Amino acid sequence: MSDHLLVATRKGLFTIERKRSGWTANLIGFAGIPVTNALRDNGTIYTALKHGHFGPKLHRSDDDGESWRELAPPTFPADAADAPSLFQIWSLDSGGRHHPDRLWIGAIPAGLFRSDDRGESWQFVASLWNVPERARWFGGGYDAAGIHSVSPDPRDADRVFIAISCGGVWETRDDGASWSVLGKGLFAPYVPPEQAEDSAIQDPHRVVRCAAAPDVMWMQHHAGIYRSADAGAHWTRLSLPCDDFGFAVVAHPRDAQTAWFVPAIKDEIRMPRDGAFGVTRTNDGGKTWQVMREGLPQRDAYDLIYRHGLDVDESGERLAMGSTTGALWTSENSGARWQLVNAHLPPIYAVRFV
Amino acid sequence: MAEVHFTSHLRKLVPDGPLSASGATVGEALTNLLAMQPHVRGYVLDDRGALRQHVCIFADGERLSRDSALSRSIGPDSKLYIMQALSGG
Repeated sequence: MSDHLLVATRKGLFTIERKRSGWTANLIGFAGIPVTNALRDNGTIYTALKHGHFGPKLHRSDDDGESWRELAPPTFPADAADAPSLFQIWSLDSGGRHHPDRLWIGAIPAGLFRSDDRGESWQFVASLWNVPERARWFGGGYDAAGIHSVSPDPRDADRVFIAISCGGVWETRDDGASWSVLGKGLFAPYVPPEQAEDSAIQDPHRVVRCAAAPDVMWMQHHAGIYRSADAGAHWTRLSLPCDDFGFAVVAHPRDAQTAWFVPAIKDEIRMPRDGAFGVTRTNDGGKTWQVMREGLPQRDAYDLIYRHGLDVDESGERLAMGSTTGALWTSENSGARWQLVNAHLPPIYAVRFV
Repeated sequence: MAEVHFTSHLRKLVPDGPLSASGATVGEALTNLLAMQPHVRGYVLDDRGALRQHVCIFADGERLSRDSALSRSIGPDSKLYIMQALSGG
């Protein structure tokens, strides 16, 4: 099990470490500065910042936060169609086992950027930006559409899956030379009825896959929870006995039938129902669900878990989640019971086992 | 040469201010200055070369509007202050 977490917050980057006395939180960098995401890959920590005044920035540390070096953040090339300014680095992911020096950044606006030298330089993936469907993408939560989920296929070096709010789910099978929109079965009730099944306007809040069964994907959609068994081509909406709005989802690393979500009431009321906070889990591919509440506040709770605010470690037993209210919990037993690590962190954007 | 002061929020990047910059406009002075201090560029200008939305510039005591700040004429004795706006933090 992993004893270390990276936690990206509104006011700095924290590590959470499990010691004999329990979990402790340490601010390791960027005090006061919004950290939109963080990644530890091959011994290096990469940190994406969004200064309120000075824009998005990128830093790396090769000594676990003792010292930092600023890297040039990706930019939209001047000759890209409608070339916008980078608003935010939203997702930060490793290139997977086929590409050890590769990193992916998903941005707002919805540009995808690739580095093949561990963040020293970035290439804009123009082939995705130039798909004609981009004209139909729109912002979800932010003014412009953004890429929040990037998932290299562990079986195939040329295959990468991404998800866009609001622009649907996409895949390349030729290492980024071309892209296809996927997502049959998704339904968007927030557009006129004749467009509701348009794959390119869906709002997948977050998509993750089972590491051991990469064709199995789970999606928290703006409207409902979905599962795919064919790597995102077709999706089935799952029926839950509780609220199915939310942002975060994680998949069990080995068991393709197990995933966790964190529900809120609905899109215009982004808080737990009746102030009682819970985590939902299925162990049978979405046929049945448990709502797990032990150790979580059951009154007066207004916590919301953002897209990257929930994680599971390699064992599939230890989970961690951090809320918009600055509370951080861990679970040692697949979510059956939770323990509060800290109730007073800044609002949490991302939580990652390292 | 105009005298250019930076907000204390950028002191880590510009520890030895104020700096001097030549140019007939704020934009020219900034271009010349940022060519010598390239690590500061992305903090003042965005990736399209525009003044960042939440950075404001004062020239000789006048708070410049974001749209016209870079074209404002300055003289050799002008004082520029590169500040963070009170919005956007």
